[in-house]
Amino acid sequence: MRIEIDEISKQFGVTAALHPVSLAIPSGALVALLGPSGSGKTTLLRILGGLEFPTSGRVLFDGQDATGLTVQDRRAGFVFQSYALFRHMTVFDNIAYGLAARPRASRPPKAEITRRVTKLLELIQLPDIGSRFPSQLSGGQRQRVALARALAIEPRMLLLDEPFGALDAKVRKELRQGLRDIHDETGLTTVFVTHDQEEAMELADLVVVMSMGRIEQIGKPQDIRARPASAFVQSFISA
Amino acid sequence: MFDIAPTFRPVTTETPVARWVLTGLAVAGIAVLVAAPLIAVFAEALAKGIGAAVASLGNRDALSAIKLTLLIAAISVPLNAAFGIAAAWFITKFDFRGKAFLITLIDLPFSVSPVVAGLCIVLMFGANSLAGGWLVAQGYPIVFALPGIVIATMFVTFPFVARELIPVMIEQGRAEEEAALTLGASGWRVFWTVTLPNIRWALLYGVLLCNARAMGEFGAVAVVSGKIRGQTATMPITIEMLYNEYLSVAAFSMAAVLTLLALVTLLLKTALEVRHADALAANHRH
Repeated sequence: MRIEIDEISKQFGVTAALHPVSLAIPSGALVALLGPSGSGKTTLLRILGGLEFPTSGRVLFDGQDATGLTVQDRRAGFVFQSYALFRHMTVFDNIAYGLAARPRASRPPKAEITRRVTKLLELIQLPDIGSRFPSQLSGGQRQRVALARALAIEPRMLLLDEPFGALDAKVRKELRQGLRDIHDETGLTTVFVTHDQEEAMELADLVVVMSMGRIEQIGKPQDIRARPASAFVQSFISA
Repeated sequence: MFDIAPTFRPVTTETPVARWVLTGLAVAGIAVLVAAPLIAVFAEALAKGIGAAVASLGNRDALSAIKLTLLIAAISVPLNAAFGIAAAWFITKFDFRGKAFLITLIDLPFSVSPVVAGLCIVLMFGANSLAGGWLVAQGYPIVFALPGIVIATMFVTFPFVARELIPVMIEQGRAEEEAALTLGASGWRVFWTVTLPNIRWALLYGVLLCNARAMGEFGAVAVVSGKIRGQTATMPITIEMLYNEYLSVAAFSMAAVLTLLALVTLLLKTALEVRHADALAANHRH
């Protein structure tokens, strides 16, 4: 799905989290929103997911105005920074949640839900952990379960907030490849937020560098490296 | 591994004597302040034998008091649980101006004397007030009747549930709720399947505390009930009246029943804790 961000701004009280920003994300792209904390990247991601509403501007999905669409109707697979797994549910029930929450008419039968959850557990290469609770998983396993849970609703796009932030370096490298594989396999338009320039450059097709609520540069990793558009980008990517 | 063992030190550095003195003080405090009065209540109740104690509870007024107290708890505790959940939800899941003020307002019943609270209710709903006069004319008196007692009890016990829930809900944050929303769940479904299971232990504690206080409340109820024997006299009110009439077996028998009700609540809580120790630990570990 193609995503267009048209002059979106966001005020929290008197502080501006986002000055009007515009961005077009082609269908099937893997995009990184890169910037230091306070740059507005998470706010932008949450606006795409419908968890936050812009003060002004529009969001378009495949050319259709989606600005007022509720979070439920967006069908965005969202992976939260600390994964936000339901702590009182098993991994299986976590992944099944979105399917079981559908209105009766469109809810798949139990056997179908089981089949799909099993398939997702295989996709994240953790076929045997369905009956465990989130507290019994490692950080990397939690991240993959969160990803499977987001994929279970057959989302129109995948939004990830610092998906590798809470992991150690080795697991981070593995899961980067995991996300790349899942992206390539599903073909979903994917946007992830990160403050790690190496991660953004290595993983994304398109990198959006942000600072102080503004977009500093949009481009392919190699172009940003070769031609940083501002002193900020220059210093941030060489850090 | 073994050669570093001798460098370990106990975490506490107090001498054994200090430890014994401190433990002794704690045990003595509990014995004098908690256990002794409890034993005294039961001893007084049974001073003239169990027959006399049971007989004193069997008369119409005593039974009416027990029934009234249970009825009041049965009405006010669920209502306060619902209000407490709503208040805690509102305060912890939304940002708005005046939040600190609202939290203070929820705590108000803790800082206002129950007698004052009772007087306020009499002023608002008494026969001389506008609303009260009209309601009495319609045949629905508030003061000196069940509704007044329920309102007084609810006022006094209002903070218990909300106070238990607010810190837990602040600690848990909003991420799980937001995750459920992005997965397509309605707000109502999020509440039942995510919020409520996550707060169930805090909610249980709040409800148990609320219940204990609802059954034991004296001051506010004394003002609004009018203390009509067999009609508006709750257990604590009846105990006081019997005691003032030097009917000590009857007074202490009723007091023993009230104490037993409180002990049952405590036992229930402990039993649940033991049974669900794993779930509790899992909740906190996360």
